[in-house]
Amino acid sequence: MSEGKKSTQHTIAPEKVWEALQGVKDPEIPVVSVVEMGIVRDVSVSGDQVMVKITPTFSGCPALHVIKADIEASILRLGADNVNVETVLFPPWSSDWISEEARRQLKAFGLAPPPTHGGRLEITFYNVAAYPYCDAADTVIKNTFGPTLCRAIYYCNNCQQPFEQFKAL
Amino acid sequence: MSELSGDNPDELVFLRTADAYRNVQMVELPKGDWAFSMMRQYLFDALEMVRAGRLMSSLYRPLAEVASKIRPEELYHYRHTSNWIKRLGLGTKESNRRSQAALDVLWPAAAQLFVRTPENDVLIEAHYLPSALELERDWERLVVPFLETAGLRIPVGDPPVTASRDHHTPHLAELLADLQEVARLDLGAAW
Repeated sequence: MSEGKKSTQHTIAPEKVWEALQGVKDPEIPVVSVVEMGIVRDVSVSGDQVMVKITPTFSGCPALHVIKADIEASILRLGADNVNVETVLFPPWSSDWISEEARRQLKAFGLAPPPTHGGRLEITFYNVAAYPYCDAADTVIKNTFGPTLCRAIYYCNNCQQPFEQFKAL
Repeated sequence: MSELSGDNPDELVFLRTADAYRNVQMVELPKGDWAFSMMRQYLFDALEMVRAGRLMSSLYRPLAEVASKIRPEELYHYRHTSNWIKRLGLGTKESNRRSQAALDVLWPAAAQLFVRTPENDVLIEAHYLPSALELERDWERLVVPFLETAGLRIPVGDPPVTASRDHHTPHLAELLADLQEVARLDLGAAW
């Protein structure tokens, strides 16, 4: 594709941008897209500029830089002349924004999806994560922090296997 | 912070001496045994969580917005350490004894977290920050019942630490000597 030269103003439809963003995967969990994770909050196009607003999930998540770069690259590949990816902190990201499809993908990946909480995070502490491979709730939490900030470590007594759960936030 | 004060961040981190620090003494103390480390972290995490909760209704909007991000995450820190305190307090005689010993030292030290800081009065009156009294009430309502369910006694009798935050124990200088040693070996080095 040779479009996107500075001499031609090339306006991209927002739907195309959203479509392209479906192809941008979470770097830590490559089976789900940043759209499905609720990370992309807004897309707007003005002339030849595409503006995307993203929200970080967990504070200090090192994947944010990668996500930003990947989003820019994917929109440039569409032929956009200018891309601006802005990080917005408010309203804070909620794991309730993760789509149903993404939850299925997480489970298939071996990562227990987060319980929904409707804004009352405290209630999730009574949630017992089910092991994605046997679905039994005979599990125990081992550590609220795992190999990444967003995951907790559990142990399945039924299978005698450790596993991780994506934390509710 | 360096944007607000105009100070060079590297200097703030690597060149400040103990007298220039403002912190409670509790955080300077050596790590002790596991029960001590967890008890200290628990009492501190509880404060961070209640403070983030209060800051969500700060009239200073940027602070309220950041707090609404921080508060849910603080819950995980609180969960981590409170789980440990429960395990230790209700574990064996030995773990209970060590946890109680830790609490006996840390409870009077934690009082310093709620000593009034006059320089914040203006911000408190403007409802940008919660008052020390509000924080103390929220904190006690959370930790007292919890510690009791963890099989521990709230200590009584020892005088609370009431020093202001510029009074330090000798431990802080030792800590800083460790943390700043490498940078100070060659201040001009590029890392």
